[in-house]
Amino acid sequence: MANDHIDLTVEPGEIHALLGENGAGKSTLMNMLYGLITPDEGEIVIGRPDAADPDGELVDTVHRFQSPGDALDAGLGMVHQHFMLVPVFTVAENVILGRETSKGRTGLLDRDSARAAVREVSERYGLWVDPDALVEELPVGVQQRVEIIKALISDCELLILDEPTAVLTPQEINELLDIMRQLRDDGKSIVFISHKLKEVKAIADRITVIRRGKVVGETSPTASESELAAMMVGRDVRLTVEKEPASPDTPVLEISDLTVADDRGTHAVDGLSLTVRSGEIVGVAGVQGNGQTELAEAIMALAPTIGGTIRIAGDDMAHAKTHEIIEAGVGYIPEDRSLDGLVRDFTIAENLILNRYNRPPYARRGVLNAAEIQRRAADNIETFDVRTQSADHTAASLSGGNQQKVIVAREFSRPLKLLIAAQPTRGVDVGAMEFIHSRIVAERDSGAGVLVISSELDEVLALADRVAVMYDGKIIAEVSPDTPRDEIGLLMAGSTGDDEEAAGD
Amino acid sequence: MTEPKPAEKPEPDDTAPVTPAPETAPERPAEEPADQERRPGFGSLFLRYVTTANTVMVTLYSFLLAMVIGAVLIIVSDPAVRGTFTYFFSRPTDALSASWTAVSDAYAGLFAGAIVNFTTLAEFQAGEATIGRLLSPISETLTYAAPLILAGLAVGLAFQAGLFNIGAQGQVIMGTVGAALIGFGLHLPAYLHLPLALLGGAIAGGLFGAIPGVLKAWSGAHEVITSIMLNYVALSALGWIITNEFVKDPDPNKQYAISKPADESSLLPRLAGMLGIDAPGLRANLGIIVAIAAAALVAWLLAKSTLGFRMRAVGLNAHASRTAGMSVPNTYITSMGGAGALAGLAGATLVLGISPHALTHGVAGEVGFDGITVALLGRAKPWGVVAAGLLFGALRAGANTMQSTLPLDMVTLLQALIVIFIAAPALVKAMLHLKVPAGGLATTTAKGW
Amino acid sequence: MTTIDVAESAESTALHGFWTRSRKVGTVLAVLGIAVFLIGLTMTAGAEASVRFNLTLPEAAAAFPAKPVVLTLGAVAVLLGALLLTGRVHLPFGLTVGVAVAAVVLALLIWAIARPGNTLQIDTVLKGTMLLALPLIFGSLSGVLCERSGIINVGIEGQFLAGAFTGALAGTVTGSPWVGILAATVAGALVTFVLAALAIRYVVDQVVLGVVLNLLVLGLTGFLFDRIMKDNESATNLAMRVPEWQIPILSDIPAIGPALFGQNVFVYLALVLVALVYVMLFHTRWGLRTRAVGEHPVAADTVGIKVNSLRFRNVLIAGLVSGLGGAFLTIGEALPFSENMTDGKGFIALAVLIVGRWNPIGGLLGALLFGFAMQIEQFLSSVPGGSPVPSEFLAMLPYLVTIVAVAGLIGRVRAPAADGKPYTKA
Repeated sequence: MANDHIDLTVEPGEIHALLGENGAGKSTLMNMLYGLITPDEGEIVIGRPDAADPDGELVDTVHRFQSPGDALDAGLGMVHQHFMLVPVFTVAENVILGRETSKGRTGLLDRDSARAAVREVSERYGLWVDPDALVEELPVGVQQRVEIIKALISDCELLILDEPTAVLTPQEINELLDIMRQLRDDGKSIVFISHKLKEVKAIADRITVIRRGKVVGETSPTASESELAAMMVGRDVRLTVEKEPASPDTPVLEISDLTVADDRGTHAVDGLSLTVRSGEIVGVAGVQGNGQTELAEAIMALAPTIGGTIRIAGDDMAHAKTHEIIEAGVGYIPEDRSLDGLVRDFTIAENLILNRYNRPPYARRGVLNAAEIQRRAADNIETFDVRTQSADHTAASLSGGNQQKVIVAREFSRPLKLLIAAQPTRGVDVGAMEFIHSRIVAERDSGAGVLVISSELDEVLALADRVAVMYDGKIIAEVSPDTPRDEIGLLMAGSTGDDEEAAGD
Repeated sequence: MTEPKPAEKPEPDDTAPVTPAPETAPERPAEEPADQERRPGFGSLFLRYVTTANTVMVTLYSFLLAMVIGAVLIIVSDPAVRGTFTYFFSRPTDALSASWTAVSDAYAGLFAGAIVNFTTLAEFQAGEATIGRLLSPISETLTYAAPLILAGLAVGLAFQAGLFNIGAQGQVIMGTVGAALIGFGLHLPAYLHLPLALLGGAIAGGLFGAIPGVLKAWSGAHEVITSIMLNYVALSALGWIITNEFVKDPDPNKQYAISKPADESSLLPRLAGMLGIDAPGLRANLGIIVAIAAAALVAWLLAKSTLGFRMRAVGLNAHASRTAGMSVPNTYITSMGGAGALAGLAGATLVLGISPHALTHGVAGEVGFDGITVALLGRAKPWGVVAAGLLFGALRAGANTMQSTLPLDMVTLLQALIVIFIAAPALVKAMLHLKVPAGGLATTTAKGW
Repeated sequence: MTTIDVAESAESTALHGFWTRSRKVGTVLAVLGIAVFLIGLTMTAGAEASVRFNLTLPEAAAAFPAKPVVLTLGAVAVLLGALLLTGRVHLPFGLTVGVAVAAVVLALLIWAIARPGNTLQIDTVLKGTMLLALPLIFGSLSGVLCERSGIINVGIEGQFLAGAFTGALAGTVTGSPWVGILAATVAGALVTFVLAALAIRYVVDQVVLGVVLNLLVLGLTGFLFDRIMKDNESATNLAMRVPEWQIPILSDIPAIGPALFGQNVFVYLALVLVALVYVMLFHTRWGLRTRAVGEHPVAADTVGIKVNSLRFRNVLIAGLVSGLGGAFLTIGEALPFSENMTDGKGFIALAVLIVGRWNPIGGLLGALLFGFAMQIEQFLSSVPGGSPVPSEFLAMLPYLVTIVAVAGLIGRVRAPAADGKPYTKA
């Protein structure tokens, strides 16, 4: 059950934070509120000013939204975690979608009034954006602005922001928080969903914490971070990973001047150089979408490189094939688990040998060895604590955390020279996260070089012995994990010197 | 037609509850009642089984629903029967009995032509009919089933690798050409000639089948379109080949374009002869054994070989397979080549197994297209394909005997109807108010372009 | 569309280094051009081998010596290929390739018929091209309507067949081609109703479904043809005829006049529909919503658009259009129905849809290209003195063109993002 009898009340003109860790049921709750999911039981009560008497008592109406259309009509607006924008449409087209007007009686779309409406809202709230720009060509921060404009233009009274800061730089986050304050002062109510304690404390008027689909408490922003964290996770959280100081040895990964193009043809990785030594963890910090994905894929020969060299354990691997890189002792945890990491309809046993299926002892002369495959699976399931009834169940039957453990088990069950871990704990519960972190450290201690790529700055700082900050396809600084967060935050926004203007767009 | 971009893919895990998916849980109750609680009894268990939309029952119901729709069509398209409906309200019995006669005659004829004719059986028991006449329907079914099974395997194998091989028809045609060229072009002893002719068919079909694989691997062109187009190319090529001097039957008395016949030494021996039954009319030949052997080989390949592992992995998730170091383009080419070889083998059994043992414009019939329905009915699994091939072979054999009363298209229609219901288990479930089985309905998943 | 070009040409440079797509295509064109040039050199010179172009009116006919024309056309192809190969001059890719391919085809055509007395009847070729392109136009429009809203329509072939059969039957029985046309559109919509219901409501794989629906309609029309039509052709299956409308003045324009303005009603219907669907798709509320549903259905849902009912409606409309294409095959061509008479045209229409980038106007141009290929085939196989190429190879031409077009263009074109993906709520 994703949501279990949750009660939540939001007052007019307040910013109400909904705090909970990944998978606690926040998004499910909001999707119900927004009519994308129909609840099994319960109701939604919305108070709106009476049309006849705008200043009088609010009139309550009871709702059970069947579709987002119902929610829209009731004055709800939502900025989704995954943007609900049509990439090939312009800003104006996205904004008017669903509430289009026509030019006179021609029946033709009135794009002019759409542009004007976008400009009007842009100016009123300082959300500048070009109405004729194609959404897919805008940076994520601006796309989010389009989402907010979309909600505002339909005169919503209650704005729901679902994990809005996940894709933003610290500076963009500050701008967003300013916008939120302005909207609140304008009388709008805001539900702010987040698992980031600092932001919640900074902006919320009230905080509701949910865990495993239930409300565990309501508190004010004066509560300390550790109090909030304890409520959110249900026990004291270790914010650090226990590890000995690193003893870096020979370089296992030497990247110089690497350039990689993304699907759109822009240089996602642009002349990047980086070295990882055996026995150390290098963390790549950076806001999502600065070329981290392409960097990992280029090392694994999954994305074609345009220029530069990649040496693995001293060998030039720029033109190697993926299976040769795997053979060279490189382990890889891909960032998109269900797309790149697992074959969901394969059994756990099959997934565990996915990159060794044609190697002894699992196969000889093209014939699979079922007994050996089963033995391996039983062994891994026990060692890596994969919670399943049988190795013959499909990967799809596992929870996110256990799926990730299968990938970790697959990659860590052979001697590695280098480990590339991209978003290794995305969407997994705290228990699995701690387990995976400790295995990564163990891998380092047994002599592998580790490259951790994560958009969670906390994860990078906790794991890394050395932090490389990535911005716009380049490593713009290498710092110690003890560096103050603010400083790293500025670097993540591309500011290397004394000026801060680079953070804007 | 591009593969879905990673960025567009929603991440279900962010919002998914951390509890295990329900799929694991409901499997237990299915076993427990059988072993521990005796109370439900066989009757109620059986009842529960037949009212659940499981794979077996959906298949069975699909067949029955198709027969019902077929019956309706027989009734409305028969002018005599329709006539009786004009006075339905004054004498309903006329209309009902006329309908019943039309439908039961058709389906009884189908059965008699496909499996056993009870009149012949009675005559045989009375010593008036030969064993050959008695076995003739079964023999016909097996004759038709052999190429259908092979073509079904060709489509099914490609399905396993995530490819939709609509080009089986063209590959079958190329297979007939390859087999025929070796059949009449070389003169060898039988123990060499037959295997070589079969191989010739497989290679010709395989090379032709690999083309859509290569095109997809290199340019991303969708195999559905390229392989359909290649069907027409193959047909034209066949037309050209037949009129070629080297190939053409030199006999000027032939009414239509036909190639030289394949040598006796290259032909598939008849089963009756091999078993010592003296019945020259029984056409069933070694082809059916070849088909079943091919099914066994494909089953082994998919379950036990690294190549099959790779095909299945790529078919289920090409992204993850690539990330795990597999070559997706190579897998596409190999799978389509293998599929083409199976279809080519189907073509070979047509030329080497069925008279006139020569190439004509219609030598491949609709075998390749029927392979699609066979594969869908068999759910792309080798033994499922064998069963489906036998069923459709029986339909085809039966249709030949009922052709006097009903057109051959009836079979195409029944096949398509069966497969539509198979592809839409949710529809069958809704129509018959079935229960959802543990683990959900077995559906083919949509992939998009 | 232009933005896609920019992004993708950049991608090509990025991913393939020197061998961009336009360089590869340029090389192919240059090689073809050289081949044409060499063929031209082998031709006998002089008035013996000349080619006459006839533009409708006797006095407009002009005779050219064939050899220089072939050599010139070859040179044009080589030049355009070379320009693409250098990558220096920025040419509109599609147009350049189109012109170069047309030059090659025309040159081969002239080479093939260059015999004394032969005439290349330009107006007939163009008129034939238009007629052969017509079902493809209707088919690709039907595809646009479906796939822009996210449903793959592989069943165009079946919808054609259903339309052709019903059109012939209803038209003959009532004696009115107009009733036949109406009935054909309804039949097309009936087929897409099944497609929509099964794809949307029962989440069946759309490609599989389309293929099976084709088989179903093939079986059904074959069965009904056999039971109803075959023995009673005069009452059920006559060649119907719709009037040709000459548009004054316009139809007298040399070469293109008869092709565009002196045709039967289907041609005008097709051209009007192309324009209508284009405007509707890109400039109306319905179009915006349809494209949103085909690109990002969840986003459409979040702004209150009923995704599945819009899809359902559009697929039904698409059926009307492909039914019209079917009606053309019998009523428009003045032919009686025969079994499997569509002969793969529905599948070629699908290729046209892709080549035309899911755009009505692109589809029109693509359809004309294929129509031209088919017309050439028909023309050459009926040339007096026979064609130097066996007719079987000519018959392959449209299908090979389809393969080359799809393989060559894919990757440059992008399907609606949600095409073929059923929309189900959690």
